[in-house]
Amino acid sequence: MPIPSSLVTLLVGMALVLSGLWVGYNVNLLPLDASVNAPVYDSLFRVLFSIGTILFLGIVGLVVFSLVRFRRRAGDHTDGLAIEGNLLLEIVWTAIPAIVVLFVGIYSYDIYERMGGMSSLNDHSAMHRMPAMETMEASVSTAGAGADPMAGTALKAPRVWGGIGTGGGETNVLPVEVTAMQFAFIFHYPEGDITSGELHVPNGRPVELRMKANDVIHAFWVPQFRLKQDVIPGQPTVLTFTPTKAGSYPIICAELCGPYHGGMRSTVVVHEPDAYDAWLRKNSPVTATVASAPSTPTA
Amino acid sequence: MTSLATSTSAVEAVTDEAHGGHADLRLFGLATFLVADGMTFAGFFAAYLTFRAVNPLPAGSTYELELLLPSINTMLLLVSSYTFHRSGRNLLLGRMGPCRNWLLLTAGLGAAFLAGQMVEYFTLPFGLTDNLFASTFYALTGFHGLHVTLGVICILLVWFQTRNGGRVTSAAPFGLEAAELYWHFVDGIWVVLYGILYLL
Amino acid sequence: MTVASPNDFQDSLQPQGWLRYFSFSLDHKVIGIQYLVTGFIFYFIGGALAGVIRAELASPISDFVSRETYNEVLTLHGTVMIFLWIVPVVNGGFGNYLIPFYVGARDMAFPRLNAVAFWMIPPAGILLIGSYFITGAAQSGWTAYPPLSITTPALGQVVWIVSVLLLGGSSIFGGINFIATVLKLRRPGLKLMQLPMYCWAMLGTSILVVLSTPVLAGTLLLLSFDIVAHTGFFNPALGGNVVVYQHLFWFYSHPAVYIMVLPAFGLVSEILPIHARKPLFGYTTMVYSIMAIVVLGLVVWAHHMFTSGTPPWMRLFFTIATSFIAVPTGIKFFNWLATLWGGKLALNSAMLFSCAFIVNFVFGGITGVALAQVPFDIHVHDTYFVVGHFHYIVYGGTVFVIFASIYHWYPKFTGRMLNEDLGRLHFLLTFVGFNLCFAPQHWLGLNGMPRRVAEYDPSFTTLNQISSVGALLMAISSLPFLYNVLVSAFRGQVAGDNPWNALTPEWLTSSPPPVENWVGAAPLVEHPYGYGVDEDTLSLEAATGRDLWSGTGRR
Repeated sequence: MPIPSSLVTLLVGMALVLSGLWVGYNVNLLPLDASVNAPVYDSLFRVLFSIGTILFLGIVGLVVFSLVRFRRRAGDHTDGLAIEGNLLLEIVWTAIPAIVVLFVGIYSYDIYERMGGMSSLNDHSAMHRMPAMETMEASVSTAGAGADPMAGTALKAPRVWGGIGTGGGETNVLPVEVTAMQFAFIFHYPEGDITSGELHVPNGRPVELRMKANDVIHAFWVPQFRLKQDVIPGQPTVLTFTPTKAGSYPIICAELCGPYHGGMRSTVVVHEPDAYDAWLRKNSPVTATVASAPSTPTA
Repeated sequence: MTSLATSTSAVEAVTDEAHGGHADLRLFGLATFLVADGMTFAGFFAAYLTFRAVNPLPAGSTYELELLLPSINTMLLLVSSYTFHRSGRNLLLGRMGPCRNWLLLTAGLGAAFLAGQMVEYFTLPFGLTDNLFASTFYALTGFHGLHVTLGVICILLVWFQTRNGGRVTSAAPFGLEAAELYWHFVDGIWVVLYGILYLL
Repeated sequence: MTVASPNDFQDSLQPQGWLRYFSFSLDHKVIGIQYLVTGFIFYFIGGALAGVIRAELASPISDFVSRETYNEVLTLHGTVMIFLWIVPVVNGGFGNYLIPFYVGARDMAFPRLNAVAFWMIPPAGILLIGSYFITGAAQSGWTAYPPLSITTPALGQVVWIVSVLLLGGSSIFGGINFIATVLKLRRPGLKLMQLPMYCWAMLGTSILVVLSTPVLAGTLLLLSFDIVAHTGFFNPALGGNVVVYQHLFWFYSHPAVYIMVLPAFGLVSEILPIHARKPLFGYTTMVYSIMAIVVLGLVVWAHHMFTSGTPPWMRLFFTIATSFIAVPTGIKFFNWLATLWGGKLALNSAMLFSCAFIVNFVFGGITGVALAQVPFDIHVHDTYFVVGHFHYIVYGGTVFVIFASIYHWYPKFTGRMLNEDLGRLHFLLTFVGFNLCFAPQHWLGLNGMPRRVAEYDPSFTTLNQISSVGALLMAISSLPFLYNVLVSAFRGQVAGDNPWNALTPEWLTSSPPPVENWVGAAPLVEHPYGYGVDEDTLSLEAATGRDLWSGTGRR
């Protein structure tokens, strides 16, 4: 008994969707997820991966099937069918992708909002931020690296040009000032006045990186946090994250910044809160002399 | 190939239209090029407006400019568009004398504009690298000034070609029409430039 | 300043024979071949540069070339491949050769401008390549982001700017010519909606070229002022704004992607129906989707800047706009699939490369839609994921189409066929090598390898070596191709005028075509894709008017 083609299509389609979903949720291409933001990102990734797999397998399947099924047999010099178009089909394959990308767009917007990407960056009403900003300005202008055009207007908090902020209600945020230069990241902790070449953060506490570049554009990237932000000279940016897993992860410069760009790496060490406090106590009082004597920090 | 090269006279008659060149597309091509050129200016304008919106000037600098000279310059350019138009009308009517005089007047107005621009450059309180606004100001007006200079040279060339026995005649007006289109374009750019650079 | 009438071609000043390929020829076919051959020379130079990159990345430490040289090499690789290979070949090369045939003209609208546009390319290329040996090449990547481009050695960067300005000018002149030719030079009786799809693709591409390239030119002028005259447009130390450069740069360089792929879409639309023996499916929607891509392509540039200092609303807008480009692009792919469906597919090299193009581009398109999503992009921006993505678009997409087009139109260029066995070998090596080279890069990017690095985390060594092996395969794959192209020109099987039994106008004349394209009037091809068994009752000869023009005594 011949199987109706609509049934075959349905079965193939279902198999396609199932295999796409299986691939999306079982093939792991991503590194460890070590921030609050990372699992959120991963769920978006899985959705995109599933949709992509379904589409890709479907289209490749169609191409291969056509190449095999409709190949020209030897000696056959006739033409194919003279079908010039089909309005219904055109409408279908315009509408379905449109709906899919609309869904994907709205979903990723939702993800982005959950990551804090849509929160205002220049809302300085939160009191806890102000001191951080001012010390940052002071430290940078005393460090004196490069004429900072914003220095003249530094009396009020400088404009933050981009990045991911903390959102409104966060308290207990750990501010860290990041200075990127060829070819190192320098981290300065206003709490305790520590300067370090590595980023040490406590597990579970939101960290707000306030980033400046001294020379060219750099980018701060921690793959395990799924976060990246350009560090732009003349345009301060922020990046907020909350680590969830103790460990050491690479910090990578992701924007071509010169010959040693590939070597511009550092480490973020996520401590358990106790260990972080110990680190803070150990490094805090004596070693930090940057504010008074701008020497080259240990990178 | 050689056999292809011979064809019957009947076919030739049919294809004469195709053989003898096509309609003159040079003005169309020039207009397309001016769209491209306009996009260069658009890029500059966008850059200027963005700079102005987001990059505060250092203390002591200002966006204020002396308005009298540029305003006179604007009038000169607007009038020159009119004089060029008159020149073109006269060419089409075959009155070469008035056509050439109007052309010369247009070139003179263009030269006066450039002179005014020079005076402005030498009296401005800032130099090219003083601040972002200064740099942008010189880049914009300088790029436009280059266009005007080129336009004046074109007008003089056209003036030369409209002499008795020259290539530009009422039957073959392309040279003048092209220069005129270009001149109107340069004027139009100036009006926008004047608006956002001096008045805004 | 006169309109070059075709009679000029018979001037004794125009060299004939092989010499004309080295002359200031006004013949669009000669110029097309000039573009193609020049483009391929630069392709092999760019490929050699890619070989240097892959050799460096075969080990995780910087050991093959110095770090400065590595940055020069990656800058040159990007610039050469984009501005001297893909853009000139898919636009200038095939465009000049085919468009006049397609509109039924004897040449382009402005033959002299056309020759000028071509002859701007060799000096620009020599300048660019020469800068490496003489002054040191630019080191700031093909994007030349300030302030890096301001702080790296100035001379190489200025030479780079001059070279790109020349190439941009060439591109603009070409674009003006294509717009005028398609819109104004059509044979009487030929309607716009009867044009072969490549005309539409070139019209759309040329609109993008004319609207966006000048912005790049202006931007690079400002950048050169920053370097030479120490202005501060893009120099934050002098109060400038580096992000403005990025906006202006991508306003050109995102449409540049469409300048590279839209012509490829057009070429595939010509190749598939002929070798599938079926009409192009959905002609009208194909035209509209090209124009939709043109419009959308102009308003998505900031998706290259999601990690720069762009405000949130801007990120949202550019995400949505970019995602929606997938819709018209998807339409084109579904139409091609429908063109294949139910056809009589000849599994020759042209068809294989075209189908591989579909597969590769769909892959690159899917990662492209993912990259358009801000949260996704924040993680993988400026990583090897992006490198993999755009090589799937420009190599797996456009370069595969260029090869398909060479196999398809070589008989028209030379009158001889390419060897099919060598062609299939070329295809196999290229397809395997390409996927081996670029597929692993997606994983590398997701797991922490940034782009443009000479050294990387040792845990990525294996995949990088696989990628380098793929690159080696791609290099080897060009050997059978080169041999095939060079030898077949003299020893290839004689093709005849229309070996594919095609209906598009370029096949309705001799191969290679006479200087003025046709003896007698250009044929009026109202159904360029009129294949199919029950399409019409007229014979092929009568439907195309071939009996009228083909002369006598041949075949």
